[in-house]
Amino acid sequence: MISEALKKSLTERVAGAITPREAAVDVMKELQAHYGWLTDEAVAEAASLLGLSPLQVEELATFYEMIYRRPVGKKVIHVCDSISCWCADCDGIIEHLKKRLGVELGGTTADGMYTLLPCACMGRCGDSPAMSVGGTPYGHLTPHLVDEILEKERRA
Amino acid sequence: MDLPLFRHNRRDRSVAFKEYRSEGGFEALKRAITGMTPAEVQQTVIDSGLRGRGGAGFPTGKKWSFVPRDLPGPRWIICNCDEMEPGTYKDRVLLEHNPYSLIEGMTLACYALGVRHGFIFIRKGYEQAAENLARAIDEAKKEGFLGERILGSEHSIDIDLHLSAGRYICGEETALINALEGKRPNPRQKPPFPAVKGLWAGPTVVNNVETLANIPGILARGAAWFKGLAMNPEGAGSKLFCVSGSVKDRACVELPIGIPLGDIIDGPCGGMRLGKRFKACIPGGASTQFLTAEHLKVPMDYDPVAKVGSRLGSGGIIVFDQDHCLVEATLNLITFFARESCGWCTPCREGLPYVREILTRIETGYGKEDDIAILREHIKYLNYSFCALAPGAMAPLDGLLRHFEDEVREHIVKKKCPLKK
Repeated sequence: MISEALKKSLTERVAGAITPREAAVDVMKELQAHYGWLTDEAVAEAASLLGLSPLQVEELATFYEMIYRRPVGKKVIHVCDSISCWCADCDGIIEHLKKRLGVELGGTTADGMYTLLPCACMGRCGDSPAMSVGGTPYGHLTPHLVDEILEKERRA
Repeated sequence: MDLPLFRHNRRDRSVAFKEYRSEGGFEALKRAITGMTPAEVQQTVIDSGLRGRGGAGFPTGKKWSFVPRDLPGPRWIICNCDEMEPGTYKDRVLLEHNPYSLIEGMTLACYALGVRHGFIFIRKGYEQAAENLARAIDEAKKEGFLGERILGSEHSIDIDLHLSAGRYICGEETALINALEGKRPNPRQKPPFPAVKGLWAGPTVVNNVETLANIPGILARGAAWFKGLAMNPEGAGSKLFCVSGSVKDRACVELPIGIPLGDIIDGPCGGMRLGKRFKACIPGGASTQFLTAEHLKVPMDYDPVAKVGSRLGSGGIIVFDQDHCLVEATLNLITFFARESCGWCTPCREGLPYVREILTRIETGYGKEDDIAILREHIKYLNYSFCALAPGAMAPLDGLLRHFEDEVREHIVKKKCPLKK
């Protein structure tokens, strides 16, 4: 269930759009921020707010990289494996992350803190290898720096 | 040389509105709104020779001219800031340093085309750029350069931001239009082209960030000045090159269009990293063909790069050295495209994973001689896909087989990657 305040702000966002479904991505993102991931309940709520069927929301939700239709950890780590990061040994960084977190790609740490996902190019090729943690971008990664970031983000 | 796009840059922060103004910012808009007709603005852009900086390089003024003048109802301009092509990060750098050129350029474009409402479509992950743009829009509105009755004229122009949720296909102009409308971002059938029937079925122009950010300079200093910036006679303007890979200083730099490839690598990028030799590069983002050492003197402009079988694309130069296996590099690129295919059409949905499988086999020592012919067939067949994603994906593969077939065959003969110990 979402709060009345959130419902009101989302209703206003939809009403301010040129057509209701123009606001679909914003609504999904807000609901995801509320629930931690886009739950079935959130899909139904988004559909009702946007005047779409749940299936129409589903086909959007499953399309986008940053919408999660499964539970994720408190912070999602998106680690870039595209060509510029490959040149900068992102494979080594990914192996280090897997080992350090004790998960495979797609997995969530036992404490529910982190989910590790590969991602398409982050547009940080000049700072490669790069990743983002909970939406904060980091570049010039080394195994040592990765450890520091994980520790810092865990405390933040 | 006074290059227009980065001239307002501060070293490690965004330029302030006041600074942009004091350095001549928004003067072009002022001059256009108060003293030029929309047709004159459009003609200046045509005369400047500006070509779209998103990758395709289509002449901007010509693209604008496809918008019918007499169709009733609203028309739209969308700024494409999706920028998810691997190796490409120029639009982010530009917007993190200076969002005002885009706002001014986009307002000028809206004025030229009689557009009341523009959208900036920004990819997920570019939150800093989005924040800068939101601030710039507010400031421009407060100062009367945007919003109702710009500078007291009868022209009203609004710009809205649309923050996406991340998919490479959203950079394709018709998929982007679907995304903005809140539909699943599959590409649309063309024709009708967006210039006639685009966003909400209205005439729509989609331009890249760098393209629009060039407009204020062109209007302020004239088409001839813009043409004169280029290093090659047929070129026009400057270009943002964003370099990554095996160079000393990976940087996003503004340089005259037509500068030789080698001069970019050896100049602002400081040459190759210690102990590394140039082997090849991808000159314009992931969907362009490899260039080799024999191409280092090629002028970096649309036609000269096309002449040697590649594309200037986005200007995202990815540099490889002697220790990089180009089969593995191509496999990485194909993996990206296979993952990012929207699945709308069969050649792309089925073809890319198959190409990925064959390249994986070759890279891991299980390739057969026949695989090379199968790959060549796919380069041909994947051209029949619905949009340009699959042909784009085939470009590096085509380059690999054209310039490095020996390296591919060595994998097959030795039954292993020759560069792996």
